[in-house]
Amino acid sequence: MFLINCPFCGERDQSEFSSGGEAHIVRPKQPTELSDDEWAEYLFMRKNIKGIQFERWNHVHGCRKWFNVVRDTSNDKILSVYKMGEKPPVNYK
Amino acid sequence: MKNKYSIFSLIKNALSQHENWQQAWGNPEPKKEYDAIIVGGGGHGLATAYYLAKKHNLKNIAVLEKGWIGGGNTGRNTTIIRSNYLWDASAGLYDHALKLWENLSQELNYNVMFSQRGVMNLAHNLQDVRDLKRRTHANRLNGIDAVWLNTEEVKKFCPIINTSPDIRYPVLGGTLQRRAGTARHDAVAWGYARGASDMGVDIIQNCEVKGIKRNGDKVEGLETTKGFIKTNKIGVVAAGHSSVIANMAGLKLPLESKPLQALVSEPVKPIIDTVVMSNAVHAYVSQSDKGELVIGAGTDSYVSYTQRGSHNIVEETLKAILELYPIFSRMKMLRQWGGIVDICPDASPIISKTNIKGLYFNCGWGTGGFKATPGSGDLFAHTIANDEPHKLNAAFNLNRFVSGDLVDEHGAAAVAH
Repeated sequence: MFLINCPFCGERDQSEFSSGGEAHIVRPKQPTELSDDEWAEYLFMRKNIKGIQFERWNHVHGCRKWFNVVRDTSNDKILSVYKMGEKPPVNYK
Repeated sequence: MKNKYSIFSLIKNALSQHENWQQAWGNPEPKKEYDAIIVGGGGHGLATAYYLAKKHNLKNIAVLEKGWIGGGNTGRNTTIIRSNYLWDASAGLYDHALKLWENLSQELNYNVMFSQRGVMNLAHNLQDVRDLKRRTHANRLNGIDAVWLNTEEVKKFCPIINTSPDIRYPVLGGTLQRRAGTARHDAVAWGYARGASDMGVDIIQNCEVKGIKRNGDKVEGLETTKGFIKTNKIGVVAAGHSSVIANMAGLKLPLESKPLQALVSEPVKPIIDTVVMSNAVHAYVSQSDKGELVIGAGTDSYVSYTQRGSHNIVEETLKAILELYPIFSRMKMLRQWGGIVDICPDASPIISKTNIKGLYFNCGWGTGGFKATPGSGDLFAHTIANDEPHKLNAAFNLNRFVSGDLVDEHGAAAVAH
């Protein structure tokens, strides 16, 4: 349980948000060209990192907008919040 | 068995004030090399080592555990055992485990307190009724005992349930598997550890794996906090931390690790003599032999390794519990905890070889792995020893995420995710 600083509404309880999982998974540009392995990679395989993770959240019980978060999954500390389409902060790896 | 437990050993040790019981399992330092190493000393890992030694005659085996054995999800679950899954592959897998449970205390000479008190799954809307009836039929076709109970029969089987039609999610019926029940979770880890140790398996606690050494497409050993250990067979049974270990070998798994919570109440006199689960409102409850209500809550929606879980999840579960069991309204909750569960997209486990020779994974049990402990260990041992899956776990390979041949058990998995 933690607070998330929605870039549109400010700091709110995590229960107002819905997690969209790992961020920056690029949707295939030409789906018809994809092999089964590439589909599996896109659809199912996840980094599932213990540590610093780039992820998507939706303020589902608020402004209903999507945005990105950098969070340490080993202690749930949020390190950075940035909007969709923005480049991820470079100081976290 | 070197130190067989029996009524006579109990009397003998009682006469010496119980001061001369032997240690149940050894505490060795790791050797330089093993024929096989199991990463993860929970129930599944210890069972794997036990069956490798017992059925496949591999004696030079180690189990590495970063904490203490049974201190992870084995000691954190709600101890429910059942096999009423929908698909044939799952029915085969979980019922294999249930059959092993039925004789496990005798097999291990260790009382795992397996209690076939029945598990009832409630239906709260018409779709639940259709789905659960369908599952009952599927179970029976697979030789798994299952019956449908209407609302009156549910009330008769568990009288404290509120079956009033006026509640928000009324009870429209339920399924019952009478062979299902509970067991003492710690005893399962301890029993397998004792059995494995007795056959020469080294159980090495406080030993964390830091890296996997590879030579091309095969494994050569493990870097650990107790130094490098050589082996050409590694079985990873690391539950919530499976992806962390996979990452060391450059593998990605289709898993997300999330906190799952449970809680227990203060102990009271016997009030509920079965296990009742309710997926739609997300409440399940049983009573331990100590008298505590054992309540399972849901998972958090986000990836986390914190072993805590959010307060709002517990609140939701307790709301549902109170509506279904108004008699519990003044109970105090004593303890709450979280475990990290590794959830697969199809809510079915992975017991599989990988494309790296000598590296095997047993993971993805998600929110319901405890029930499968003996079967999972048995089948994973078979897979490691023969480098081929047993026919009961063939469907649970890692390649199903490429082929698309998924085993969708979201309906039968107790925790909605």
